[in-house]
Amino acid sequence: MHIQRLDQRVRRDRREWLTFIALVGPNLLLFVIFTYAPLINNFLLSFSDYKMLTGAREWIGLQNYRDIFADSQFGRIFGNTLVFLSASVGLVIGLGLITGLLLNQKLRFRNAARSILFSPTILSGVAISIVWIYIFDPRYGFLYTVLHALGLSSPNWLTDPKWAMPAVIIVYVWKNLGYATVIFIAGLQAIPKDLYEAAEVDGASVWNRFVHITLPGLSPIIFFLAITTILSSFQSFDIINIMTKGGPINATNVLIFRLYELGFTQFAIGRAAVIGVILFALMLIVTLLQVRYLERKVNYG
Amino acid sequence: MVERIQRRKPTDDGRRTKAGDAFAVVGRPSSVVAQVAGYTAMAIVIILIGIPVFWLVMGALKTNREIFSANPQWLPLQPTFDNFVAAWNRAPFGRYYTNSLITTVLGASAEVVMAVTTAYALVFVRFPKRDWVFALLLIALMVPEEVVIVPNYLTVARWGLVNTYAGIVLPGASIAFGTFLLRQYFRTLPFELLDAAKVDGAGHIRTMISIVVPTALPAIATTALLSIVAKWNEYLWPLIVTSTQQMRTLPIGIAWLLDQEGNTEWGVVMAATLFVVVPVVLVFLYAQRFVVDGIAAGAVKG
Repeated sequence: MHIQRLDQRVRRDRREWLTFIALVGPNLLLFVIFTYAPLINNFLLSFSDYKMLTGAREWIGLQNYRDIFADSQFGRIFGNTLVFLSASVGLVIGLGLITGLLLNQKLRFRNAARSILFSPTILSGVAISIVWIYIFDPRYGFLYTVLHALGLSSPNWLTDPKWAMPAVIIVYVWKNLGYATVIFIAGLQAIPKDLYEAAEVDGASVWNRFVHITLPGLSPIIFFLAITTILSSFQSFDIINIMTKGGPINATNVLIFRLYELGFTQFAIGRAAVIGVILFALMLIVTLLQVRYLERKVNYG
Repeated sequence: MVERIQRRKPTDDGRRTKAGDAFAVVGRPSSVVAQVAGYTAMAIVIILIGIPVFWLVMGALKTNREIFSANPQWLPLQPTFDNFVAAWNRAPFGRYYTNSLITTVLGASAEVVMAVTTAYALVFVRFPKRDWVFALLLIALMVPEEVVIVPNYLTVARWGLVNTYAGIVLPGASIAFGTFLLRQYFRTLPFELLDAAKVDGAGHIRTMISIVVPTALPAIATTALLSIVAKWNEYLWPLIVTSTQQMRTLPIGIAWLLDQEGNTEWGVVMAATLFVVVPVVLVFLYAQRFVVDGIAAGAVKG
């Protein structure tokens, strides 16, 4: 009797496990094939000379790394990546916070405004970039039209090495600002009201309430946005490829574009893999920071 | 009972202030100054977002004479639809639409189905080391596809899938982010509901389809919309993995048209850009309220 029941349980457990495997299996299998394995494969490729045509693969140690770091343009590309990243993160979070604070009150049309704000996030990066090239057109573009009306001349935005980087940053910020604002508004509304009430009773000033309640209350949101913006700025291939192709003279070349250039226009698979390793290392650092932060759980709760 | 549960919002824990509460910047009911600042900010932001949209639509409606005038015009004096016809004829947009539609439908449905099944299993099906499986998915979330495009291209090439729908869709068909979103949502569902189903003798598959899915429909719809938009707009991977006009998707198609016509035909290029943008805008208009709410809530809770 007892054994029979145990037998039944084992069989039921096995059924549960099989169900679990059937439900999770396909997703996990695809991740194994197209995420985990390639991650290792990419690492191995970075130490190899790979011939695209024959598929022949030869171990060449650190040669690809030496080539990458010896390239006089690499420092510039790495620097560009950091400039693009810090400007994007700073502007998206800074402007997003200000807009979020201003919109976080009882205003008419606020929900409509929120949806409009959010909309650039869902638009194709390629399409947006194309529209902005037309806006930046130094002879027929919108900005020219405005500057012309003011009696000013327009810079050659995308062909001037001084202006190309600001131009792509403007487009990135335009696409992502609304998303940050929407998240900030949600974050502001999640801060318990009674904290403000208590502070007001204690006679805390507006500035004090902002510094001691609003900012700490928003800290998880600011962190979340910093991480997602950093990761997405590493990945903004579309804006760069459409608007500048990394130019002029590498002024807007960033790591993800360099990876594409090396791998798919020069077919230097090994060196492209090195850029992949560098990108992954950078993202890993960012993610580990996030994990450490989440462990500390800095918030108002 | 299901009805009651559907109405229960998992984000509402009572302490949060409701949207629309007159509780501005630092907790004080909005003053007139704050209101004026709020409306000003709203106007500025909407104008800034609106300018490119305005310029896009006006460009598509203008004649070449108006676009390439030494004295630039804000509005088209003789709005024309010729640019749309011209754009459609300059590049195989029929093919682009078909390809985008097929890859979006296949890719997004694969993602949604797998997000639902994986999240369901992670929450409701017993399995030893379930947390390890969860951790594996966490790792996947940290590896953007851009990092692994080189080895993935080699894999797809080895399988002979370059320039096929399978080649475009397969590497991106698995889903980590949506799985998390749904797992979070499923965990808020009341267990009595599932126990009742179990007493009725329903297995996991039936419970999932007839109880969990209908109850979690808003969260699933949010996941679906994010997937659809992401697939529709995807650029780098389809660019690499397709090699003929016949297999290109819309974003690659309009980029190609830009290379062909560029600064000489802004009207045509803008019209083509609208081909890509309009379907997504329509989907978004239909679903915007709960999608924006869902995403905002996900970030705050996450």
